[in-house]
Amino acid sequence: MSQVGSFALMLALGLSAYSFAAGLLSLFSRSAASARLGETARRAGIATFAAVLLAGIVLVLAAFNDDFSIAYIFHHSNRDLPAAYKFAVLWSGQEGSLLFWSLLLAGYGFVLRLRYKTDQRLFAYASVIIASVQVFFLLILNFAAHPFAIMEGGLPPDGTGLNPLLQYPEMVIHPPMLYLGYVGFTVPFAFALGALIMKYPGEKWIHITRRWTMVTWCFLTIGVFLGAHWAYAVLGWGGYWGWDPVENASLMPWLTGTAFLHSVMMQEKRGMLKVWNMALIFATFLLSMLGTFLTRSGVISSVHAFAQSSIGTWFLVFIGLTLAVCTFFLVANRHHLKSEHKLESLVSRESSFLFNNLLLLVVCFTILWGTFFPILSQFVQGHKVTVGPPFFNRVAIPVALLLLLLTAVGPLLAWRKTSIESLKRNFLFPAIGSVAVGGMMILFGVRPWEDPSYFYATMAAILSALVIFTVISEFLRGGRVIAGKSGQNLFAAMIQLYHRNTRRYGGYIVHFGVALVIIGILGTPFNKEVEKEMAFGDKINLGPYTLVCQSYTQDDNPNYGNEWAIINVFRDGKQITTMYPERRFYKASGQPQTLPRIYPSFREDLFLVTDVYLVYEGKNETTGRPIIKAHLNPLVPWIWIGLIIMVFGTITALVPNAAPVRVTAATPVGEPAQVGAGD
Amino acid sequence: MKTSILLMACHPERSEGPAFCGKVSDARRRWLQAAVLALAVIIFMGVGDDSARFKDLGHRMMCACGCGQILLECNHVGCTYSDKMRDQLQAALDKGNTNNDDLILQGFVQEYGPTVIAAPTAAGFDRVAWIMPFLVLALGIAFAVHIVRSWKNRPEPALADGITIPSGSELDEFRRKARQETDL
Repeated sequence: MSQVGSFALMLALGLSAYSFAAGLLSLFSRSAASARLGETARRAGIATFAAVLLAGIVLVLAAFNDDFSIAYIFHHSNRDLPAAYKFAVLWSGQEGSLLFWSLLLAGYGFVLRLRYKTDQRLFAYASVIIASVQVFFLLILNFAAHPFAIMEGGLPPDGTGLNPLLQYPEMVIHPPMLYLGYVGFTVPFAFALGALIMKYPGEKWIHITRRWTMVTWCFLTIGVFLGAHWAYAVLGWGGYWGWDPVENASLMPWLTGTAFLHSVMMQEKRGMLKVWNMALIFATFLLSMLGTFLTRSGVISSVHAFAQSSIGTWFLVFIGLTLAVCTFFLVANRHHLKSEHKLESLVSRESSFLFNNLLLLVVCFTILWGTFFPILSQFVQGHKVTVGPPFFNRVAIPVALLLLLLTAVGPLLAWRKTSIESLKRNFLFPAIGSVAVGGMMILFGVRPWEDPSYFYATMAAILSALVIFTVISEFLRGGRVIAGKSGQNLFAAMIQLYHRNTRRYGGYIVHFGVALVIIGILGTPFNKEVEKEMAFGDKINLGPYTLVCQSYTQDDNPNYGNEWAIINVFRDGKQITTMYPERRFYKASGQPQTLPRIYPSFREDLFLVTDVYLVYEGKNETTGRPIIKAHLNPLVPWIWIGLIIMVFGTITALVPNAAPVRVTAATPVGEPAQVGAGD
Repeated sequence: MKTSILLMACHPERSEGPAFCGKVSDARRRWLQAAVLALAVIIFMGVGDDSARFKDLGHRMMCACGCGQILLECNHVGCTYSDKMRDQLQAALDKGNTNNDDLILQGFVQEYGPTVIAAPTAAGFDRVAWIMPFLVLALGIAFAVHIVRSWKNRPEPALADGITIPSGSELDEFRRKARQETDL
């Protein structure tokens, strides 16, 4: 089986190398045969997908067949591993995850090469660039991190098992989502670099890649948030974001990708920021690569670095080469990227995008700087320093709040120029609403002057409310105009409004989701926690909840043995649920793992929803009683709801616009209500 | 201190008080005193609270076991450091011989090394860590302002004969018509 996989990988390398070389020759050759050569390159690219897919299937089959002659399977699986996790073995270790990356890239390339008729020349350039990235990954897979390497010595009876931290349902979907995002940015990168090299006229390449970029961004968003949820639900420290280097690595391309999605609109609408957009998509791709470098190289210690090796050097060389190529063409062809229009006013959509980009990049730089500062410190001072959550919270949060303000104000600004009067008129309702939210927080006992974290929480609440009210007012204003003309009810009019410009209103829905995520995060300063050894009938009082230990017991199955407590949760004297915090001991790997249990209080508090979060910390060996740590985490569920809304917004933004409905009724028009105008 | 000076300055038995004092009614003065008192209570609330200091200091340090987690958040099974370090922190606070948090942190640095502090300090080369993001923000804003200015000062593209670009009320009229025709 390993021989089939090895052959498939070698074949894939040959095919992708041919696709790259033949594609490159055909682009720069003027001979009559160049078109045919280009076609063979395209077909070789398609065949690469088939070869890499075969390698992936072989590895998964090896996991299901418990083929421990393959070292990768021995190290990441065992006979009693549940089937879903055997499938997840594909991306659980270094070699497998690189193969998975290569497979996804080949898949994206496959789709791209099938759609080549949209613009044959541009697609040929993009295909060659994707082939070059594919060659890099296949070189590593064949010569540095071979997933089909054979075990030395005799055939082991069982594998060492999958890392317990990865034996959680989300780990079956979190890495694929993240990788779909990371790898997906290769496509807009390839189109951008191709367009730059060939001095592609106009902005068509942006229209072609818009959907690719949005889909990729959506995958990366899901991946980042699923990672946060996994940390929350598995690591058991009660939080979801620890500013770990690997978490940071996933956030950086997300930030630059978000900046690109915004600034690219300026190029589409106004022919501006062309150099900037090129630089942004290049940076996004390079940061995706940097993420893999961080995870795999071991250069920075991380709780998430599940596999480390020497392939970091390969990545450094590749990142350096890519940076050199991008910089060369950016400088050489800079005259091709001149802006076509000028900025007319500071109070305009253009300038809001400019500052939105600036702030996103400053947050990205802060994260990059903080992640690499320990290495710099080692170099300069001779010792490492820790750059942990206190640094990131203190530096990134103020900038993020400014960004939130721009998220609220931006949609109210029109392209080119916005009058102060219209801004005041459109801003009045959201501003009053958000100030009222701040006032209510103070009324309910939040004291922003007592602690910086309370201050930030209050500001975040006010600004999130501002974003939400802005979005609502934009829907209402547009809906009223349509309802007034067509006689529809307001809701139907708002649906029609959305259908007329799905991208704009889908974007607003994404903003709405972002505001909900921020609301979920701002509950952090109000978290509570209690730790107690619990005998039968012992109680923990936690906010409005009383936790009563009903019992504790243990269990066993082929994969792991476990201990767990049975905790009844009461509120106002009424039992609302029973929770089972658990600690497992995995037999194959010999590693223990705590598994928290979470109860979101939607039934009791719809808006001020709180997570009751229980962790089985361990057992007092003398008394045999469990030690339970109980957390009360207000508002956290809004983060996951916000994610769902962000994804929904992105999907709705991908829906094509409906054809406009013409209404011919003659209606006297009064003072026009100025809307944000344009997307 | 400032509070007491303010209250004394307006004391009714002090003839040298500011001129406005005489105009302030008793009721308003009492409201003012109550407000100042409330403010003082709020400002000084929590000072000397050991549990708050424990929480604060515990969140400014990392667990030394290498798990990469904040000391008070480290919960990994079988950690041989976090309980010991928490006990040491509590003992340092219980001693009560220092109100200086930096001294307590310094003690941990001597025992566990500089990586035990969760964020760079505000001294020496570590300061660069804090300065750089704000420097980049400042430079970014300066660059953005420069870009905006250069855009604004860019000459208008040459127009064909007879074509004029509308502005002011004329432009507003075009906008009004455009909205009317597009229903928005």
